[in-house]
Order: sequence, then structure tokens, then C-alpha cells
Amino acid sequence: MSEVVPGELWEKLRRTTPARIALGRVGYALPLGEVLDFQFAHARARDAVHAQLDGAKLAAELAPLPVLHVESDAPDRATYLRRPDLGRRLSHQSVTVLAEAGGHCDVVFVIGDGLSATGVQAGAAQLVRACAAELGGLTIGPVVIARAARVALGDPIGEALGARVCVMIIGERPGLSVHDSLGIYMTYAPRPCRSDAERNCISNIHGAGGLSPQEAARTLGWLLREALRRALSGVALKDDQTPTLTFKGQGPA
Amino acid sequence: MPFTCDLGGERHVFADLKAVLAGASPARSGDELAGLATSSATRRVAARWVLADLPLTTFLNEALVPYESDEVTRLILDSHDAAAFAPIAHLTVGGFRDWLLSEADQAALAAIARGVTPEMAAAVSKLMRNQDLIAVAQKIRVVTAFRSTIGLPGRLSTRLQPNHPADDPRGIAAAVLDGLLHGVGDAVIGVNPATDSVPAATTLIRMLDELRGAYAIPTQTCVLTHVTNALTIMERGAPVDLVFQSVAGSEGANAGFGIDLAVLREAHAAALELGRGTVGRNVMYFETGQGSALSANAHHGIDQQTMEARAYAVARAFDPLLVNTVVGFIGPEYLYDGKQIIRAGLEDHFCGKLLGLPMGCDVCYTNHAEADQDDMDSLMTLLTVAGCSFLICVPGSDDVMLSYQSLSNHDALYLRSVMGLRPAPEFEAWLAEAGITAPDGSLRALADGASPFVRQLAENLS
Repeated sequence: MSEVVPGELWEKLRRTTPARIALGRVGYALPLGEVLDFQFAHARARDAVHAQLDGAKLAAELAPLPVLHVESDAPDRATYLRRPDLGRRLSHQSVTVLAEAGGHCDVVFVIGDGLSATGVQAGAAQLVRACAAELGGLTIGPVVIARAARVALGDPIGEALGARVCVMIIGERPGLSVHDSLGIYMTYAPRPCRSDAERNCISNIHGAGGLSPQEAARTLGWLLREALRRALSGVALKDDQTPTLTFKGQGPA
Repeated sequence: MPFTCDLGGERHVFADLKAVLAGASPARSGDELAGLATSSATRRVAARWVLADLPLTTFLNEALVPYESDEVTRLILDSHDAAAFAPIAHLTVGGFRDWLLSEADQAALAAIARGVTPEMAAAVSKLMRNQDLIAVAQKIRVVTAFRSTIGLPGRLSTRLQPNHPADDPRGIAAAVLDGLLHGVGDAVIGVNPATDSVPAATTLIRMLDELRGAYAIPTQTCVLTHVTNALTIMERGAPVDLVFQSVAGSEGANAGFGIDLAVLREAHAAALELGRGTVGRNVMYFETGQGSALSANAHHGIDQQTMEARAYAVARAFDPLLVNTVVGFIGPEYLYDGKQIIRAGLEDHFCGKLLGLPMGCDVCYTNHAEADQDDMDSLMTLLTVAGCSFLICVPGSDDVMLSYQSLSNHDALYLRSVMGLRPAPEFEAWLAEAGITAPDGSLRALADGASPFVRQLAENLS
């Protein structure tokens, strides 16, 4: 790039972050290649938002874990995007499915498509296994695959299945660099009307420089046992571990 | 008390003051989601006629959210400055719109700020076209300071937002350097951490402070962690410049954020106690955004723009250095497309400035909204004409942690260039000393080798 900050120095910096640094400029504008690269990434993210989750395929990957399929009250993707209230509510039929299942357990995992069915399809099964491995000694209910789900859909699901803690694994809003990121939302004593301040969140779980499933699972394991011990979750329960997050990606080419 | 308006041979009835305000609000998906939007375009105009004739004092006599059950309402009414209100006390909402556009000059606008309630600001904004929101906001100056001075005439400041998906200090430092080399970061260097971890936030606070100190950069740093984390971090002796918190317009919505006014007071006092500012003592940084109250189901049947303005009363109580609306972050269920995001950004900036806040904006959108870079180009240009105090910039517009698009460092260069604006004076001087800018203020090409900052950087990194 220059004699003073030579190319290899910028390359060294770029390897530390997937952020779009050292792009150069034309006048004060971005070079055209960067503009078109951005437009391509935006187009891919837009496509991920509108993708559909294949629940049967995900259930097959989770085998032999028992699976239940439910859906929210949002009938289609377009309604889902504009009506988050419907995405937090179980459909009539799903209420029946869960009531029939019933039961009691320490933890229930819910896999919701959220805003990236692409991410859920690719990584949720592996993440559930990694998390379950950190929860030895606890009883785990059936894995619930939820279509058209928002985070709070886990509340009525967890309540219906008699779970002490609900762990919602959900597709995060796609970004430009990453369109398949997952988030975990943990809620103690799940029931409708829980506020977001009563949840703990572990976000950015993905393979492009985010948290690995194992790292996320370790954090969840700690938070979940603390939640059970202290009978609460959310802002009152701080993640006070030594930080272990590291970035291992190579950044954009 | 119901309100009526006969318009075009049709009688429109509005059940109460909330219904008038919601009816008069420009169309947006969040009000539709809440079931508060008008049923027709003509009814919206009828609501505006009703609103135009209401005396401003209406909003002092009738609390939209009950005084007894909401501490934000109590804050608004108990801190209302009757003397500041006196020059406009006789006006209707429509008359207030005319006064703002005609007689009101910079001094008059500064004088009434503490006499204006959020509901008055929201009400008058609903009678104003985009150009009116720009014209009035442009007359208002709100100046705040910590290590740099924000909001002076002829200046446009920027927040450098170097987020990283795993909070990696090296990755964050790389993005900070990228921003500095584009002349960005005079409002704050502010990181949103990926986790809610106190130790991780503390590591980042120390790293940012060391970086700022090493190059003697006259700006402030902030890790945008929850206010309760900031309190813990300050107790443990870490170098906190600014305390950050998201705030909303009702007690219930703030409870959704896990805060109340008492914890904000505690944090404000603790940050003041540290005395780290060199040219000023504004130590708080707040973010807001239309839809947050509805999202927490704590909107009390009030339209989202009025609830947003109430959040500014919360911010105003703590003399903040910076306040910005994160206008397009919340998604299409609240602001559906580019048109709604642009309108909301101008409303938020206007209302914040009218109430006396150092208002900035995160000009942004998400990938599930019907918006793109062209819409952001429009909003950032309009806001800069309106005298916006600061804008948020991320490398290449791509926030790789929060997964949304904000402005780029390049956008700040464009705005300063086409509008003839400069960074905060302290930071401008530093950019010149560091050789990042040439004597004429233009950004140097890295390749010209004239920057001592870049030479030092290269040595430190090699």
C-alpha cells in the first residue's frame, strides 16, 4: 500500500479481524470493487433472511435425540418479518403437541429458525450436542424444532415441557460477512411474559471468526449451573468468567 | 375526552390525546404492529388538524403515561422549567410549529429547551415536513465536552465503532487504526462488546485507554456494556471515560433494559467522581431507538415516535456527552423501509435537539429491512445539513459483530468534504500533528510518508 505502512503490515492487521479495514479509496469514495463486493454480500444476506428451515433434515441430524416440531402463529415468512408478536406465540396446533408431551426436565433445547434458517440448518445440531456434553448430570427434555420462531417463543415451550431452564438456539440476523451466525438465549423458569432482561445471551456463534460451538457450550454450561444454583437468569447473573474468546479467522480475502 | 374533526364532509373522532398523536404520526410499521396506526390517509390529516389546535399546555395538564405509576413521567413533569416554557406557553402545537420556523433563533431555542416536554416535541414534529425538521434542527446548537468538544458550528464528529465478533483486542485495535487514518473517532471510540462479561469489557477498556494514551489522542473511549457492568468495572478501578446505556421512554421499557433512574444516577455520580475529562465533564453516552418501548410491551398505547421522545427526557437528566438514535437497527417490524427510516432519523434528531440534547445518529439498516446504501446516503446527507452532532462509522459500513450496516469511514470523509465541515477542534489539531491530515485539512494518502503517526505505527507493528 505504501512504503510506510507496507502491504504486509496491513495484511497482518487484516488477519486479526473480519472487519472491512484497509479498503483504500478513490478520492474520498470506496473503490468500485469494494462497492460491488458489498452489494454482493448484501444480496446474499437478503436471500438468507428469506430462506426456509428444513425441519425433517435437522431432526435426522439430531437423531437419536427425541425431537418435537412446533411452529409459531406467523403463517409465512413475510408476516413473520413484520409481526414479531406472532413469532412469540405458539400456533394452536403446537400448543396441543406440547401439552401432550408434557413432562419435567432441568433443561429444554429449542432450535428456532429466527432470521437465518441458513445458519440453523448448518450449525444447530452440532451446537446442541456440544451444549449437552457440558450439562452432565442434568436431565434434558426433547429437542424442540420451532418454525417462524422469535426468542420468546421458548417461554411457552419451556413452560409446557416443565423445564427449569429453556435454552433457545436461534438464527441471528444475517450480516454482510456472516449470514449463518447462531445465538443462545438462556431463560430460568421460562413462562410467557419473561422480559429480555431475564435472559442471558451468547451471540456470534459461527465459523468465520466467531465463537466455536465448544466455546459457546462452555459458557452456557457455567451460566446454566449458576442459574440453577441461584434460581435466576438475566442481568442479575453476570458472566464473570475469565474471558476466553479468541478470533481465529483469517478475515476476508 | 374525545376530539373531533370535520374534514371533506366526514367526521373523524379520536377517543383521546394518545389517539390524536398516534393518528397524526407519519405511517410506520411499528404503529401498525401496535394497532395504533390510523385506518386511512385522510384520517391522518384530520388528526393533524386536531393536533394543530391543541394548546401546548395540554401536555402539562394531561399525562399520557400515568404520573403515579411511571418514573419517566414524574421526571418529565417534576423537572419541567416553567420559566423556560413562558415564551411559548400561549402557543398551540400548530403555533409552535410556526414559531420554530420563523421567530425562533439560536438563543431563543436554547432558552426554551428545558420548558419543552418530550410530548410537545413529538407533537410538533408530527406537523412538520422533513424540510421543517431539518430547518429548525439546523438552528439549534448543543455543545458538550470531555476530551474533545462536540457540537460546535462547522463541525461534524464521528464515533469510531471497531466491533469484533469475539472481542479480540488486536482485531479491535486494527479497526481503531483504520478509523483514525480516515480522521474518524472524535466523538468517541466506542466498542459494543460481543459478550456480557465484566472481565472481557475490562480488558477492552484498558486496551482502548492504553492506545488512546500512547498516541495522546484527544478523544474518549467507551465499551458499551450494561450500566451495572460499568459500575462494577469502575469499582475495580478500570479507566472508564464514558458510561453507556440504552434508554427508553417508560419505566417499564427501562426495566426491560434492566435499569431505572436510580442506577443511572449512581453511575453518573461514579463517572463524574473519576474526573477523567480534560475540557468538559459530560460523562454519559446514551442510545435510543423508536420501537424499543413497544418491543418491551411497555408503550402504554402510545405511538413509537412519542415514546422515543420520552427517552430523551431520561437522557437529558444526566447531561450526556453523546446521545444517538440507532434508527434502523430495530428492524422492519418498527421501521419498514428506507422512507420510514429516513423520516424517523430526522424526527429523532429534531426532537433530541429541541429538548437540548447533543444528538447524533447511527444511520443504519438491517438485512431484513427494505433499505440499502442509497437510503443511508440520503439520510446521512439530510442529517448533516440539519447540523447533526455526530454520526457512527464502522469500517466499510459492515458491523461484523452486530450484523447490520452503519455508515463507513469513507462516508464521514464524503460528508465533511461536500459540506465543508471539520472534526472537533482538539481532534482536528491532533490529526494535523499526527500528519494524518495535510495543512489544508484534507486527508493525506498513506503512501506520501509524511505522517509521524503512521511511521510510529509501522515501527510499533513491525
